[in-house]
Amino acid sequence: MITGKKQAELIKEISGVNPLKCMKCGKCSATCPSYNEMDIKPHQFVSYVLNEDIEALMQSESLWKCLSCFACVERCPRDVKPGKLIDAARQLLIRQRGQEYLSPDEVPELLDPEIPQQLLVSAFRRYRR
Amino acid sequence: MQRIGVFVCHCGSNIAATVDVEKVVEIIRQEPGVVHAEDYQYMCSEVGQAKIADAIHEKGLTGIVVCSCSPRMHETTFRKAAERAGLNPYMVEIANIREHCSWIHKDVEEATKKAVILARAAIAKVNLNAPLKPGESRVTKRALIIGGGIAGIQTALDIADAGYEVDIVEKTPSIGGRMSQLDKTFPTLDCSACILTPKMVEASAHEKITIYTYSEVEKVTGFVGDFTVDIRKKARSVDMDKCTGCGVCQEKCPSKKAPSEFNRGLSNRSAIYTPFAQAIPNVPVIDREHCLKFQKGKCGVCAKVCQAGAIDYEQKDEIVTEKYGAIVVATGFDVIKLDNYDEYAYSQSKDVITSLELERIMNAAGPTKGHLERLSDGKAPREMVFIQCVGSRCADDRGKSYCSKICCMYTAKHAMLIRDKYPDVNVTVFYIDVRTPGKNFDEFYRRAVEDFGVNYIKGQVGKVAPQPNGRLLVQASDLLDNRQIKMEADMVVLAAAIEPNPDVRKIATMLTASIDTNNFLTEAHAKLRPVESPTAGVFLSGVCQGPKDIPETVAQAGAAAVKAIGLLAKDKLLTNPCTAHSDELLCNGCSTCANVCPYGAITYEVRQVNDHGIREDRRLAVVNEALCQGCGACTVACPSGAMDLKGFSNRQILAEVDAICQ
Amino acid sequence: MSIETNETFRPKIVAFCCNWCSYAGADLAGSSRLSYPADVKIIRVPCSCRVNPMFILRAFEKGADGVILCGCHPGDCHYSTGNYYARRRMTLLFSMLDYIGVENGRTRVEWVSAAEGVKFSATMNEFVEKIRSLGKNVRLGDLRCRS
Repeated sequence: MITGKKQAELIKEISGVNPLKCMKCGKCSATCPSYNEMDIKPHQFVSYVLNEDIEALMQSESLWKCLSCFACVERCPRDVKPGKLIDAARQLLIRQRGQEYLSPDEVPELLDPEIPQQLLVSAFRRYRR
Repeated sequence: MQRIGVFVCHCGSNIAATVDVEKVVEIIRQEPGVVHAEDYQYMCSEVGQAKIADAIHEKGLTGIVVCSCSPRMHETTFRKAAERAGLNPYMVEIANIREHCSWIHKDVEEATKKAVILARAAIAKVNLNAPLKPGESRVTKRALIIGGGIAGIQTALDIADAGYEVDIVEKTPSIGGRMSQLDKTFPTLDCSACILTPKMVEASAHEKITIYTYSEVEKVTGFVGDFTVDIRKKARSVDMDKCTGCGVCQEKCPSKKAPSEFNRGLSNRSAIYTPFAQAIPNVPVIDREHCLKFQKGKCGVCAKVCQAGAIDYEQKDEIVTEKYGAIVVATGFDVIKLDNYDEYAYSQSKDVITSLELERIMNAAGPTKGHLERLSDGKAPREMVFIQCVGSRCADDRGKSYCSKICCMYTAKHAMLIRDKYPDVNVTVFYIDVRTPGKNFDEFYRRAVEDFGVNYIKGQVGKVAPQPNGRLLVQASDLLDNRQIKMEADMVVLAAAIEPNPDVRKIATMLTASIDTNNFLTEAHAKLRPVESPTAGVFLSGVCQGPKDIPETVAQAGAAAVKAIGLLAKDKLLTNPCTAHSDELLCNGCSTCANVCPYGAITYEVRQVNDHGIREDRRLAVVNEALCQGCGACTVACPSGAMDLKGFSNRQILAEVDAICQ
Repeated sequence: MSIETNETFRPKIVAFCCNWCSYAGADLAGSSRLSYPADVKIIRVPCSCRVNPMFILRAFEKGADGVILCGCHPGDCHYSTGNYYARRRMTLLFSMLDYIGVENGRTRVEWVSAAEGVKFSATMNEFVEKIRSLGKNVRLGDLRCRS
């Protein structure tokens, strides 16, 4: 079992983000198009990583609600890039699961007509074998 | 051989924590020439200085090495201490074992080793030091102020009141600066013009003050006490002596499409104009870019209507050369360009404005005569949003890394004034932090919230999007309620970051005054000499040194004036004795040194020399010590090695090199 | 004489800093606690143009492994033109040194203003790293001063 500390280190390494640079302005959350879908809000990702509470982050719905549109990365005045943290957390989770890739047959029943197309495409990139 | 005393300072724990001070003393004691070595907690304290004096008396020291902080900090302190004890002050050298050693190294052994080497280099140098005597130079009792805003005006008034001549050089057609553009001032809500205009009038009426408006500093030569400055008086096309300021020319001018700089481009002005009604001097300027006479060759209406015959299309730029003892930079600031902030739709919507533009809109003399209205359709707004920190506190290259300092307060002011005058308008302020340090500042901000019902929300705005209905969609976060806000607003006001006037870089270069990466002028010491530039005789007033509000600017302007007066009050200045001198037996009169001298300090004269018994007339380089600033360019250029620099001689520097590479 | 490996090799580096910009920049690096290796020793000169090529030759002769000259940014010289002279002189000197075997990496001119403490420390770290990779300087050394 890897500790929260180790996981936080991994997320910082994968994303290349230094969460200490955050000045808590909330512009990421202000700019996020899927804000209302998320249980942990974009500006909170940063403090979760800072507090090494990665377990909660991994359990979060937000991981799968983020569109990877990177508006938060673009607009962040402190160059913190919250979107990259989410991306890294997703990758970490997938790596932990090991070889649990989706097979194309499983996809149709998982499909939700509300899913944005962009998410679908990026999910495919990530889960294909 | 000198009798050298070495004094090693602990600087509390600043040095002693990383450098084994006792060990340094022990090793240095063994160095040839060192007859005394000791350490003390604070060498710069009175007790520490007394230790130096005692050792000079008791051991008959002829040279002193102090291992302490940077010579930029305490060299003068120790030199004065030595002088009081009867030693020539230039027999003191500093080994910088704080900034260049203890503060940057962690390993005690390594830092101690380096401290010993730095001390050895200083000992090697002091061994070759010779007593020097400073010369004297005269002080021109006149000050130059660059910039005619509130900072420049206040500095000028203070210096002039002390009885010295002052010239103000202002780039625009009138003095007054940014403050003249403001409507009200925080935290007292005084009308800005009401408190500024009397000062402008006082400056223009003061018998000791000369104001050059529509003028720029072109060239600066010389040094502290004796600067020579070329001022370019741009062609005004109006005779200042004849013009009565009646204003008919501005009224009749057919070209009225030039954007008004004073109103931040929100309204237009005529081609012949004074920036605002209370302008000083009240003499218009022809903007040749927009003047039909200059662009198309025909018109000449202003000349026809001018009763005084003051219009002069033939006028040319004029260069005025004047001598000054002191120069005060008061070049002020501008608001950053918002081209890179697409998310706030500044360039897409007329209803997204900067705070300075709002200042003009609220002003009775402004583009809307003081009525708060949308610039797109002239309708009264119902919902207003203020966005803080636009371009301030940014780590990216779109904005500035610093806090602009004044925005929190002026936004509270704007919000309060709007709620007061238009109670049916809702005002929302999105902030990251509200920073209100200052007398009555936080109380002011609280009043905006508690008495005027301004809605402050902690969170930044993510985007502003113009809607088909003509309103603006503002999407922001409310961090305390942890929700995202989407609201429609009629006007959005951006608290854009401030930056030093872009011209300041040019001026700093002319003055050889240092400037930081944000284009703010650097002070000689961040805490202890905040209004002086490291370049002697150059003083800093107002925002050119760092963001500040009006009271701080006025306070700094006064401080800069006092420093300038302190300089002008002297009849003579002691000059740096570290000047170049030429060895007459080695000099072959080739002129190479004179060619590289930036001060024209080297001349030639034919003199009889006695070269080992042979008497002959030779052409020799002679250094004028009053002009020489001691850069040393000539010493390297001299092909025969005749030129050398006192205090930094070839032998001294070579001895330092040897000691370091030992 | 022992053969020094790169791990134990501690180069001798002389830094000439002008009083107005770079020395103040070094002070700022100090007061901001931005560390750089102790191998760098700073000599204060009034202006970068005070640095005689002779000083640099002497440093190498006495066993220096690298020499760096720091001055004000072009256009910002306290004496208005000093750093231009320094730049020209050093260009010539460094190319001559390279020709006689003191590699270009061992010599460097850098402009550091009084506000650039970060740049000063970064430059020194980089320079020391470079000299460490180049190893000990064997050219120009005066054999008479070696034990």
